[in-house]
Amino acid sequence: MAIHYYIFLAAALFSIGVIGVLTRRNAIIVFMCVELMLNAVNLLLVAFSKLHYGAAVNGGQAVTTAGIEGQMFVFFIMVVAAAEVSVGLAIIVMMYRNVHSVDINFLNRLKN
Amino acid sequence: MSITEIVFWFLSAMALVSAIMVLLSKNPVHSVLWLIAVFFAISGHYILMNAQFLAIVNLIVYAGAIMVLFLFVIMLMSQNTDTEPRSKSMWIKLAGVISGLSLLIVVVAAIRQSANLVIRGEGDAIIPKDVLMKGGDIGLIENLGKVLFTDYVVPFEISSVLFLSAMVGAVVIGKKN
Repeated sequence: MAIHYYIFLAAALFSIGVIGVLTRRNAIIVFMCVELMLNAVNLLLVAFSKLHYGAAVNGGQAVTTAGIEGQMFVFFIMVVAAAEVSVGLAIIVMMYRNVHSVDINFLNRLKN
Repeated sequence: MSITEIVFWFLSAMALVSAIMVLLSKNPVHSVLWLIAVFFAISGHYILMNAQFLAIVNLIVYAGAIMVLFLFVIMLMSQNTDTEPRSKSMWIKLAGVISGLSLLIVVVAAIRQSANLVIRGEGDAIIPKDVLMKGGDIGLIENLGKVLFTDYVVPFEISSVLFLSAMVGAVVIGKKN
């Protein structure tokens, strides 16, 4: 497959995530859209990893680990995303306990 | 049209439709289920690119652990009904959709012109670079493990500290008072 298709697919998924963050008001849905954006980036990293590996193989290197950095990046992004979700959901639970709502429009009372 | 292309287009359509349904669902539980469908489609893409380790990790960590955590929180707050307040005006949503589509147009227009992603053929022929679909063993556990425990062992250990601090932070934040 051409790399362009993967880029367009990842860009579309990322844009859907951005639209979700901008339009939805439920904090949990906003958080899920952030996860969607992270996954779009992961997909693009794996596609570029295989692109560079294929280029190295076609360049004459029979045994190579070219492009494996992309997949390591995806692994670490997943690690960070798991840590981020646990802390973020704890914050949302605390917010729900204080204001009895997960509407992000209530968060502006922090400014007073 | 080869079988690889058919699977690619099927998985792409599944990912995009499910992602749009995440936004359109009123019930947060339905949104979570559609997001799990997106993760399954992306795992299918990983398998298609022979990144087997990441496909399984994506299923276990994202579709398994993180989404169950989301479901727990939604159930805990009894948000599993349509609780989102109706927006006063549609203009905010319209503005959000227009901004997101503008971002998509800018990214696509920039990538289409990129010279790094195409090969100049004979004359003016432009051939896009291909992703190696079948074959290639860099996505297997053996090779990823070797690289992870030699070149990337310091980030690996640091990420364990990150996990520990996230665990302690979640407990401290979630504690009553």
